[in-house]
Amino acid sequence: MHELALMAELQRLAEAALRQQGAQRIHRLRLRLGAVAGVDGEALRLAFAVLVSQATDHSPWRGAVLDLETIQARCFCSNCEQPFSPSDVIHACPRCGQLASRLLAGRELELASLEVS
Amino acid sequence: MCGTCGCDTITASSEVGQEVPIPRQRRRLELERSLLSRNDARAQHNRSRFQSLGLLSLNLLSAPGSGKTALLEQLARRWPQRPIAVVVGDLATDNDARRLRACGARAVQIHTGSLCHLEADLVARAIRRLPLQGVNLLVIENVGNLVCPAAFDLGEQLRLVVLAVGEGEDKPLKYPALFRSADAVLLNKIDLESATGFNRQRALANLRGIAPRAAVFPVSARSGQGLEAVVDWLMAQRPRHAAHP
Repeated sequence: MHELALMAELQRLAEAALRQQGAQRIHRLRLRLGAVAGVDGEALRLAFAVLVSQATDHSPWRGAVLDLETIQARCFCSNCEQPFSPSDVIHACPRCGQLASRLLAGRELELASLEVS
Repeated sequence: MCGTCGCDTITASSEVGQEVPIPRQRRRLELERSLLSRNDARAQHNRSRFQSLGLLSLNLLSAPGSGKTALLEQLARRWPQRPIAVVVGDLATDNDARRLRACGARAVQIHTGSLCHLEADLVARAIRRLPLQGVNLLVIENVGNLVCPAAFDLGEQLRLVVLAVGEGEDKPLKYPALFRSADAVLLNKIDLESATGFNRQRALANLRGIAPRAAVFPVSARSGQGLEAVVDWLMAQRPRHAAHP
């Protein structure tokens, strides 16, 4: 459950941005999660639900909503010099079959945006 | 929140005691911040420090019970001329650090409590307790776990993943994020290969599919078989990563 540690970091980042803006409430967060980041979206949602359920009336988190955007894996084949979308856990190029060791996308774990007031 | 009706408007008291509503504007902040950025920055700091100390640094990862500590006992005995330094992460107990010290290693234990993985900051703090003079190899033995430690860079130069025979040939397919990040994989407990009916070819094919570039070493931590090849490989990696010998 490293998702709890990641949620603590999300909380820290969001609250720092909130303070910087002089805002009091967080309404919505958009988190970009890569499909091969090694992080479970459902566990993240659960950790977020715990955070919000413990929010008091004065907490900036009261009623906050988490939007998860999943980013599919994207590889680069050094043989064909072309990107491709892997269809399996083994990232073999659909054109030549060579295994890709370069990942262009899919490892994201980013707090993309925040709606505050 | 508005004190009158609970609407989304803050109110400020005027001098005469009347409440004047101040509209709160809902706005969107584009942050684009990685949840790992703080850990990554600390890891980078660790990496620079290891490099300036002339250390080759390893992050050693596996499931619980795959033989990480037993492998390090062997490595500590075989590493040429100098002691090795080890940071050991476990939820509780000092057993591993004690075992390693008995083999001549300089070892500190990190108690992670309920934390299922090591983070760069924990490693930075542990290093302060570790005498590193005259050492050229530092191993960070992570918490036994094939899931959580994958995302956390500790500042290591190389990642070594241990897969023990008997764990099943499809482990790399089940835990791709961790195996994909491996620079080398140690296939441990090969002395139990026939007893467990382990299919090495199938395991290696699965591993190749996930980590095509990783170096692979079949070893036995119990007998020491295959360990010399690991030592040689590590010695060959040193000049690439350490600032001076």
